[in-house]
Amino acid sequence: MPTDSRFLIFMSFIVALILTMLPMPDWTIWLRPAWVLLILIYWTIENPYLVNIGVAWFVGIILDVLNGTLLGEHALALIVVIFLVARMQTRLRMFSMLQQILIVFFMVLLYQFIIFCIQGFLGALPHGWWYWASSLTSMFLWPWVYSIMRDSRRRFRAI
Amino acid sequence: MLFLVVISITLMALDTKVAAVDRIRNALTVTLLPLQYLVSEPVQLIGKINNIITSHDNLVRENIDLRAKQLLLKAQVQRLLAIESENNQLKALVSSSTQIQGKVLIAQLLAIDSDPFIHQMVLNKGTQDGVYIGQPVLDANGVMGKIIQIAPYSSRVLLINDPHSGLPIQMTRTGLRAIAMGDGYTGKLKVINVTQTTDVRKGDVLVTSGLGDFFPEGYPVGVVSSVIKDPGLQFATVNVEPSARLDRARQVLLVWPATRKPIEQETKSIENTVTDTDNLTKESKSSKKKKKNLDDQGVASTHAN
Repeated sequence: MPTDSRFLIFMSFIVALILTMLPMPDWTIWLRPAWVLLILIYWTIENPYLVNIGVAWFVGIILDVLNGTLLGEHALALIVVIFLVARMQTRLRMFSMLQQILIVFFMVLLYQFIIFCIQGFLGALPHGWWYWASSLTSMFLWPWVYSIMRDSRRRFRAI
Repeated sequence: MLFLVVISITLMALDTKVAAVDRIRNALTVTLLPLQYLVSEPVQLIGKINNIITSHDNLVRENIDLRAKQLLLKAQVQRLLAIESENNQLKALVSSSTQIQGKVLIAQLLAIDSDPFIHQMVLNKGTQDGVYIGQPVLDANGVMGKIIQIAPYSSRVLLINDPHSGLPIQMTRTGLRAIAMGDGYTGKLKVINVTQTTDVRKGDVLVTSGLGDFFPEGYPVGVVSSVIKDPGLQFATVNVEPSARLDRARQVLLVWPATRKPIEQETKSIENTVTDTDNLTKESKSSKKKKKNLDDQGVASTHAN
């Protein structure tokens, strides 16, 4: 029985938000990948008609409320990145995994850079080089995120 | 795309300044609360199961009870530091107001991580428990922060090491009053506007001064970790190591400080003592009057009986 892919999209965002908030040991705090952004990139590549900038903005606002950051901070960073991904969507689909990994790395870096700039305006800059480690972990996790999402789509026959 | 960018930027600009944006945030907070509990509860449940497996059930309960008691006692002991220093300075009038104790409530942190550069945390108590905006939050070792956002069953605390937080403090050794600001770079505190000539040393203990009306007086804030007096700068750089375990505490204390009332009572009591002394002098002057007074009192007591 094919499921509505909207349901799958919704559930994947819930899981991504849970992973974002899940308490982790102290040494991993800077290594947490940008789960929400990874899921957003996946859906923008695979289903750009359902997930695009509007969804990115909405999820960003939710992320802001959960994180206690300025309302619109993550939203702005997400829509800029998702705008670029949506522009490159047809190319990204054809890319090999290695190329995709590189693109994801630069996208997460851009996302972090925008948040870094906004935090700079607020005078609450994250300190140290560890802040940027998140884009590396996101990059390394991308193949797994991609294959897990693809398999779950096949299993639930979500089109 | 442009439209959404403009919306996000205006939202950011208006956030915390316009009440309507706050209302949106509050509405979203309430709707997202189940998600936060969805994350927090299993994590705490795993912790509980862990406890049950490793030791006997009642031992665990006793342990939790004792810990809560210890937290309360430690918070009470904290006041001694301030009272001691005030005694040194013979500020008897001020110290009498610190002895009045407010109501306290133990709150749990929700087991939720947020961005590591955001110095905030979420508590499991909200407006249903009488939490209000600006309320002080303590842990066993000192001041943690204050409530900045409330929802029915949760509230958000701004920690004292956030760059947006300013805390009126007082040095216990010298009695110097100043403001301690959060330092986003080090995750510690900084005392601002301390002149080069001020007597500040490494190891000085900071307590809340009670000025600014948010924090009760006399709770420990931190210890001066380094003082840099650069002649090129107008003010000295005073770094402070917070005494509260800002990143490790799981249980915190919400405090309802004694309001302005105690001070009124205090002035009244002073008046009373003044009249008492007057009476005493009068009494010493004439023993007759004293006798009469006693008679009056006796009459009064019989009436009361």
